[in-house]
Amino acid sequence: MTTVAARNLPRFGGFNLGMIRLELRRMMRNRRTVVFTLIMPAVFFLLFGTNASNRSERIGGGNVTGYILVSMAVYGAMLATTSGGAMVSIERAAGWSRQLRLTPLKPVAYIAVKLVLAMIIGFVSVAVAFAVGAVSGAQLPAHAWILCGLLAWVCALVFAAFGLFMGYLLPSENVMQILGPVLAVLSFAGGLFAPVDTFGHTFATIAKFTPVYGVGEIARYPLVHDGTLWIAVLNVVVWTALFSAGAMWRFRRDTARV
Amino acid sequence: MIPMTLTASPGTTDRDTADLAVDLDGVVKRYGPVTAVDGINLQIRPGEVVALLGPNGAGKTTTVDMLLGLAQPTEGNIRVYGRKPHDAVALGLVSAVMQTGGLLKDYTVEETVKLTAVLFGKPPSTVGEALDRAGIADIGKRLVGKCSGGQQQRLRFAMALLPDPELLILDEPTTGMDVGGRHDFWQAIRRDAAGGRTVIFATHYLEEADAYADRVVFVRRGQIVADGTASSVKALASGRTVRATLPGALEEDLRAIAGVDTAEVRGDTVYLHGRDTDSIARYLLTSTPARDLEITSRNLEEAFLTLTADDAGSTR
Repeated sequence: MTTVAARNLPRFGGFNLGMIRLELRRMMRNRRTVVFTLIMPAVFFLLFGTNASNRSERIGGGNVTGYILVSMAVYGAMLATTSGGAMVSIERAAGWSRQLRLTPLKPVAYIAVKLVLAMIIGFVSVAVAFAVGAVSGAQLPAHAWILCGLLAWVCALVFAAFGLFMGYLLPSENVMQILGPVLAVLSFAGGLFAPVDTFGHTFATIAKFTPVYGVGEIARYPLVHDGTLWIAVLNVVVWTALFSAGAMWRFRRDTARV
Repeated sequence: MIPMTLTASPGTTDRDTADLAVDLDGVVKRYGPVTAVDGINLQIRPGEVVALLGPNGAGKTTTVDMLLGLAQPTEGNIRVYGRKPHDAVALGLVSAVMQTGGLLKDYTVEETVKLTAVLFGKPPSTVGEALDRAGIADIGKRLVGKCSGGQQQRLRFAMALLPDPELLILDEPTTGMDVGGRHDFWQAIRRDAAGGRTVIFATHYLEEADAYADRVVFVRRGQIVADGTASSVKALASGRTVRATLPGALEEDLRAIAGVDTAEVRGDTVYLHGRDTDSIARYLLTSTPARDLEITSRNLEEAFLTLTADDAGSTR
């Protein structure tokens, strides 16, 4: 057909900032997401971290309130990145993923957009928690404010992969109602709500194998300079690899089927 | 095997495939032991408005999915504007309005179209145009979840218009719409097709096929059973019925008359069905005491039922 005009494919498989902007606006419209990822971690911090004894007790170069703040920031980043990844389950249930297959957007670019979104709200979650902490008596050395925040955020990538995996695995529209309690249990097991050394020997050993442990240890390291860093790093690397492999496996099946 | 398979000449078989909008060549799709599409050959030229008509489970949606690259044929070959379906989709040569789903409730109407524009790399001005042409410019700020079924369908239409496709595919586009909504929707499609766009729509509304398609392709059990203009398909499918008053007639005797396919006796009235109703009428008037003859053709609805009914003996 000579009348058919020349057409071109978009660059980067359709990955673009316009889509990220629209998706962010949509996420922020969802009140449950906002409460879950931005408000709840800050509230938990205020409830459990800011009493007088926590404020006065020193740890590393800061106080226990600061220590708890970092843990809660990790928790928030984790919730945020998980729900960011888990968005795919809602979108699959609504047939949106199928609709996107009728555009030039490549499946890999779609996943990249979801990861970027998860990391953006993860960043906002950490920033909100730290802002609340700064005005509520949390004390950290200057370098720890930056490093702890950065590490809490970057390591939460594990949970972006986890969210994606679960998003492809669970067909539910309310996948976060399942994942919320799961993350709470994992956070306990990983020593995010209470230090692992208070668990007793057996549970403390088990804790080291759970996926939240590594992120918490790494994020608090700039403050406490304590614990075996290589175990924590190994923990994060292995769990990221496992969740990513799981997500890729489900993702391949999904794109083959739709 | 299927006694009523009929094919009207679509007049496209000699065309060079490079000029075709759609070319399905021996396409078969199996899901495990189920054969959804069982050897479809179909050529569609640019500018044609084609209805894919058939009952549920006939293979219409599977065919549409394969045309869009959402499903791969088990056997055979599909070309859309000379390309593989998915490549044609990615280039915006073909777009579709799907039956259900495919929308996110927490986007607004305008955002949904904007996202589509962004993905196709179209300038922002195309968003307003598409909303206008689909007749939903006034509800741009409304959340998709708060839109009626008809409004959502027009939103899907707006999204489908965005890449300015050569071929537009509609899968049961008016399911769940009220009469007014259906009318408005078809007005919009018709205006659009007048500009020369190729349109394929799957439907089980006969009046839609009759009213809006240049060409009707009947599909049953994954096969094309008839293909032609609505009127030629009607003629091929149905033949005509001779009604006459003939007291005391027996069905066996009537069925023996040359040209009669089916015969029915209701009291003094007989209904004889066949292709060559003229010769049936001539026989009745010259060789029997029949009177009050009436010859009627079936409407598309009856043609549809005849063509798409399962073979006698199979369960419904």
